[in-house]
Amino acid sequence: MLAAPLLVLHGCSSGILDPAGPVAAGNKTVLVNALIIMLGIVVPTILATLAFAWWFRAGNARAKFRPDFTYSGKIELLVWSVPALVIIFLAGLTWTSSHALAPEKPLESRVRPVTVQVIALDWKWLFIYPEQGIATVNRLVVPVGTPINFRITSGTVMNSFFVPQLGSQIYAMSGMDSKLHLQADRPGRYRGLSAHYSGEHFADMTFFVDAVPPAAFQRWAASAHGQGPVLDGPTFLRLAEADSLAQPVTFRAVMPRLYDRIVANGGAPVRETAKSGRESKH
Amino acid sequence: MSRLQSVETGQISPIFGKLRWDSIPFSEPLPLVAAGLVGAVVLATLGWAWKRGYMPYLWKEWITSVDHKKIGIMYCAMAAVMLLRGFSDALLMRSQQAIAYNSPGYLPPEHYDQIFSAHGTIMIFFVAMPFMIGLMNFVLPLQLGIRDVAFPTLNSVSFWLTAAGALLVNVSLVVGEFAKTGWVVYPPLSELRFSPGVGVDYYLWALQISGVGTLLSGVNLVTTILKMRAPGMGYTRMPMFCWTSLATNLLIVAAFPILTATLAMLTLDRYLGFHFFTNEAGGNQMMFVNLIWAWGHPEVYILILPAFGIFSEVVSTFSGKPLFGYRSMILATMVICLLSFMVWLHHFFTMGAGADVNGFFGITTMIIAVPTGVKVFNWLFTMYGGRIRFTTPMLWSIGFMVTFVIGGMTGVLLAVPPADFVLHNSVFLVAHFHNVIIGGVLFGAFAGTTYWWPKAFGFTLDETWGKRAFWFWITGFYLAFMPLYVLGLMGMTRRLQHYDVPGWQPWLIAAGGGALLILCGIACQIRMIWVSIRNREHLVDASGDPWDGRTLEWITSSPPPAFNFAALPHVEGEEAYWDIKSSARDRRQLSDLPDYDHFEMPRNSPTGIVTAFFATAMGFALVWHIWWLVILGFLGAWATFVVFAWRDEAEYQVTAEEAEAIDRDRREAKARLLDIPMERPA
Repeated sequence: MLAAPLLVLHGCSSGILDPAGPVAAGNKTVLVNALIIMLGIVVPTILATLAFAWWFRAGNARAKFRPDFTYSGKIELLVWSVPALVIIFLAGLTWTSSHALAPEKPLESRVRPVTVQVIALDWKWLFIYPEQGIATVNRLVVPVGTPINFRITSGTVMNSFFVPQLGSQIYAMSGMDSKLHLQADRPGRYRGLSAHYSGEHFADMTFFVDAVPPAAFQRWAASAHGQGPVLDGPTFLRLAEADSLAQPVTFRAVMPRLYDRIVANGGAPVRETAKSGRESKH
Repeated sequence: MSRLQSVETGQISPIFGKLRWDSIPFSEPLPLVAAGLVGAVVLATLGWAWKRGYMPYLWKEWITSVDHKKIGIMYCAMAAVMLLRGFSDALLMRSQQAIAYNSPGYLPPEHYDQIFSAHGTIMIFFVAMPFMIGLMNFVLPLQLGIRDVAFPTLNSVSFWLTAAGALLVNVSLVVGEFAKTGWVVYPPLSELRFSPGVGVDYYLWALQISGVGTLLSGVNLVTTILKMRAPGMGYTRMPMFCWTSLATNLLIVAAFPILTATLAMLTLDRYLGFHFFTNEAGGNQMMFVNLIWAWGHPEVYILILPAFGIFSEVVSTFSGKPLFGYRSMILATMVICLLSFMVWLHHFFTMGAGADVNGFFGITTMIIAVPTGVKVFNWLFTMYGGRIRFTTPMLWSIGFMVTFVIGGMTGVLLAVPPADFVLHNSVFLVAHFHNVIIGGVLFGAFAGTTYWWPKAFGFTLDETWGKRAFWFWITGFYLAFMPLYVLGLMGMTRRLQHYDVPGWQPWLIAAGGGALLILCGIACQIRMIWVSIRNREHLVDASGDPWDGRTLEWITSSPPPAFNFAALPHVEGEEAYWDIKSSARDRRQLSDLPDYDHFEMPRNSPTGIVTAFFATAMGFALVWHIWWLVILGFLGAWATFVVFAWRDEAEYQVTAEEAEAIDRDRREAKARLLDIPMERPA
């Protein structure tokens, strides 16, 4: 079923300049615009530095020596106002784009969003789909063209949830319930990672995002109900304490309010959930 | 083993604390061999000095010296040695990443993680800081036309405490381990629960001890600049380097207490079970991140501002012109000084503060680009209409101007929150801060070292090897860090011990090649010093003014007498020495003989090194929970202070005759320099 995304595995190395969704495209546009504005002042400065240094070399008899040229009101006005104008322009770009691309702001769309709760654990990512009642580790399946509402926390130290081709990252911190809104516009397999160093096996804290057509997503979610273990308290504890996983795992059911309990417990292992019974959403 | 179970259960001995025989990593040959090599070199040097009978000289003239020039030189020497240590860490990281595609490489994570943490800590605290503080120490009193800093013995204490911190970091190589948390030790990773070893404790105590030294040094230099200028030197007649140093030291005084308090809170968490930044019991890790950057962002301006001062002096001197827009430059410096405290949040836009907060801090960050741009343009117009001599310091300065604007541009790019959301913590960021710290601070340190070397030692540095070093460094820098910009855009994050993206490897191999070119640059610099010492007779600076300088350090002889100036110079304009020199040229006569008077100079004191000895013992004991030694170290340091406070004789007298005799030689050298007939001794 997921063979098609697997075929584009080789495209995974393309980074933030190959956006696969509206947020990443927005990030890239802001980046490129800001870069072009600044190159307009940086390139002439570099060229002038090299040109002045060369022309006014001590051996050049044609260059006029002006040891008393030490102040000019016009030049001072220029050197303060030109950078200031560029910065005013950039500041406008910064203010509007900071609001337009605020990670906590839901994406505008007529499609009903899908919620994913993200929990950073010691060197793996746990993704809970509360609406579907399933969970996965190190593999995120999302429908294309659908806004994904991420809620992000950590069951361990600080990490950062980042899928370069989908755009903005947000820190995963224990006790915090951060919001991030992303969307994939074209099907494919995208590389995800932790962008904040978190200890020994940090380099292994990667995951895949499979963006699939909505119908395929529904089929995947339905089939996920039929396979794998149930994510209850003890299973979560074992998962949290295991170093890393060789293979992605799918859980067919999830204990209710697990995410909220992890947030409320400030990232400490949610040991009391072990006593709270083996409920599942079925 | 999961780190939840790895909390140590070892016994704590009343005598040795947590220290045990297996604290020494016998199973890891790399650090042991490296440390053994360093130890052998140190012992051989000491043995050689002992055998040749240099020990009393070292003790009397250097170790116990309170002369700002010697302390400044020792600061720079320490920075140079630690640069070698930090750079070997860099070579290890570059080579590991060059081979670690789908492979564990040769450095396991527990080792690799220590290396990048130590690299950052060493390069910031024990290379960049001592280099800049050392140059300020050496130059400030000379440029201000005075005989020493405000508190000479305190100055020595500052230096030795910094050295104590550096020593503790290096001890961690052999006894125990260093932090595996990155150089700003973010909790909760740095909390006891996730980092139960002694690595973070080494970091904390090394930084606390050297931080005290830095703060004292800041107080000392601020006082010196504000209260001790030569007669006639008003604020708007101070050389640019003095202005940027004033800004830097004001920042040190304002910012370092924040670091001390932040690290103290983390220490309380780790030692006494407090919960400032823990996951549990209401701790708040974001508070640490805010506090550490409230110090950390001013810190980058603490480093770059003195470098800006150095470039101002160098560009002006070698263009043969006064600094363009002097007052504008002062204004730009002080604007940077103020704004540097208003931007710290840009280090964590991705923590999710919201659009208004992120936008505000993005814009304040960009505003700093305005005064920085003003500085670049004013250097540009200093060169305009000049007669530029391409000496080594000038090459470093031009290399800086070209390189730094690129680093500044990528910095402003990272200050745009939506761009930062995809570049944060990537190797693009790594490339950016190396771009400004190598291209700015380090190039500044190299320019300053070559520029003031003749003043310190009485002979100039070899230009051929100096220029070779420059070309290796600058090409090496571009080859090492431009690929990192590309990799950042490809989505590569920092601090990866290995990776599985084939497209990254060629760029990482190229970056490794760049590091090798920098290695050649360092080799050229070592060669430069060696060749220059050998040829010092030819390179001698007899006049005390080898570059046709403009500021007061060039009026005295090279090296200057312990008291710098036999009679304090009178300052009558923005370029004190240039004015005196021009008037002597015009009149074909040196300035009138001053009235020499006797004066007092501070006596040498072992207070600094003895305090640092006890502080090192205390720091080591705190790391290993050896409580009796903690008490002993603290009492020892306190007793040293008491003994110093009760000293009978603090100063010795220099008579008017001695001063006059030394000054006569200097005046003859100046007369020869300016081709003025010698005057008859009165």
